[in-house]
Amino acid sequence: MSILQKYYSRVNLSKNSKSYNVTVIAFLTIILLVGVFLSISIGSAKISLSAIISAMMQRDHSSDIYRIISYVRIPRTAAAVLVGCALSVSGAILQSVLNNSLASPSIIGVNSGAGLFFVLTAAFFPTSIYLSTIAAFAGAILAVFLVYFIAKKTGASRMAIVLSGVAVSSFIGAITDTILTLKPDTLIARAAFIIGGFSGVTMGRVAFAGLLIIFAFIIALILSYDMNVLALGDESARSLGLDVVSIRFFSLTIAAVLAGSAISFAGLIGFVGLIVPHASRFLVGHDNRILLPVSALIGSIFTLLCDLLARVLFAPYEIPVGIIMSFLGGPFFIYLLIKRRRGQLYD
Amino acid sequence: MIELINVSSGYNKIEIIKNINIAIEEGSINAIIGKNGCGKTTLLRTASNLLKPLRGEIKIGGKDITGFTNKELAKKISFLPQLRSVPDITVYNLVMHGRYPYLGFSRTPQRQDKKIVEKAIKNMNLEKYINKNVKELSGGERQKVYLAMVLAQNTDIIFLDEPTTYLDINHQLEILEIIKKLKQMGKTIVMVLHDLGNALSYSDKICLMEKGEIAIYDTPQTVFKSREIDRVFNILSAQVAAGDEAKRQYVFCLR
Repeated sequence: MSILQKYYSRVNLSKNSKSYNVTVIAFLTIILLVGVFLSISIGSAKISLSAIISAMMQRDHSSDIYRIISYVRIPRTAAAVLVGCALSVSGAILQSVLNNSLASPSIIGVNSGAGLFFVLTAAFFPTSIYLSTIAAFAGAILAVFLVYFIAKKTGASRMAIVLSGVAVSSFIGAITDTILTLKPDTLIARAAFIIGGFSGVTMGRVAFAGLLIIFAFIIALILSYDMNVLALGDESARSLGLDVVSIRFFSLTIAAVLAGSAISFAGLIGFVGLIVPHASRFLVGHDNRILLPVSALIGSIFTLLCDLLARVLFAPYEIPVGIIMSFLGGPFFIYLLIKRRRGQLYD
Repeated sequence: MIELINVSSGYNKIEIIKNINIAIEEGSINAIIGKNGCGKTTLLRTASNLLKPLRGEIKIGGKDITGFTNKELAKKISFLPQLRSVPDITVYNLVMHGRYPYLGFSRTPQRQDKKIVEKAIKNMNLEKYINKNVKELSGGERQKVYLAMVLAQNTDIIFLDEPTTYLDINHQLEILEIIKKLKQMGKTIVMVLHDLGNALSYSDKICLMEKGEIAIYDTPQTVFKSREIDRVFNILSAQVAAGDEAKRQYVFCLR
């Protein structure tokens, strides 16, 4: 019996019990820790656990091992963990708040906004890496606000937000394509941005986005119960005293900050934000108080694992992590779809 | 007591209901009846502050409704809409949502909240479903779960939009008996009903609406005898006694 099957049988038995949720979180945390160790240890130079510990204790800047760990492996591992966590939690929030199982950060304009601003900096300030990071983040947030502002004009219903997201994304996409046509040398930078990945990330670029991600995640946890109440539908939630418009706006902002931060240094890593929340719901159900932390853990583990494979599979060549994600994530998602036939998760 | 004074309301600045003047007594069951599109639900949504009136004022216990915060109001009024998305959640957790206006910043239910929720579940005879997913329940059971949530919300005034629609006859009557029980607890119930027979048998007051206005608001007997129902719906109605006089029933046919 596979681990997943074992868990699946438990899902049906005691999905709502506290001890089950604690077990899932503990189990995932251990896997994440093992993944973090493997990610630091494995690469073109293999480093043992004892070597890692001694290098970090001595902090000897002349040691190769220390330099590899602190300048390459740790930033990269941190990047994968943060991006996986941010995109998954962002997707989970959007799917819940918009009551739409197809929702992911791209649906509210995050990707197109970040893409436009990235291309703008690549076209006019091609040498500044830091500027492109900040610009991508700003673009993501601005696009989401634009989507929300338009949707609010029509009452900010869930469907209005989704449709406004589609319209704004295609409009921004057209601007981006115009710039690409006029400035074709930005195409290469743009291609790398679309596929996404963690090669060449530095702690400096990760740190700022990382702080934002952690902060936004804490706010998301605080809002998680209100998101549950929102799932009752607008009228029921309002009659329970929930400020539906504000909570929806805050939740969207948090989702945008999470996804925007991740995209700002890792590019458009797709798919995680769509499938991880579904996989997480499969394990722990729809209660956002437990769903958000579990999505964060599974997202981190999945991204870390894919990045590890991206590095070692065809070493010394590296495959962009987004490609691995789709190769692994696609079939896994199909497996979940077939499994869910029993109709326990969706209508 | 809830009072609507000269209220007009609607959507996109188009009046659906107008010149509404009604004072609803405490601890009574009130049924709003009328043809499709006459503004029953609009009246309910306006009275429960889900829809801002275009004109007029609404008072609860003599105080203007706009003077309450969202949460204060949610401790006075509950509203059960007709169409609801069915969330993926256990019966216990759904009923616990009724305590939302009382929860503090941490949103952690206190012992008293849990007690109230358990009592509400017991009151609706839902103990055996307590850990079941709401999605797995039948329409009638689900409606009882929502009523348990309303009960846990512990408001004096309860608005129900077509609480018996889509239910089988047994569940319809069960829900109406529950509504009677809510009245005995001292609650004021205002509901939209499509079944005229049930409306006449179960309410203390009938509010008959016609083209956005109140045609008559009075006791079932007075409303029935006024023949206003026949005129508004363009039907013929009659009263029959099923068994004994206490179980009066009503029959209707096209004119």
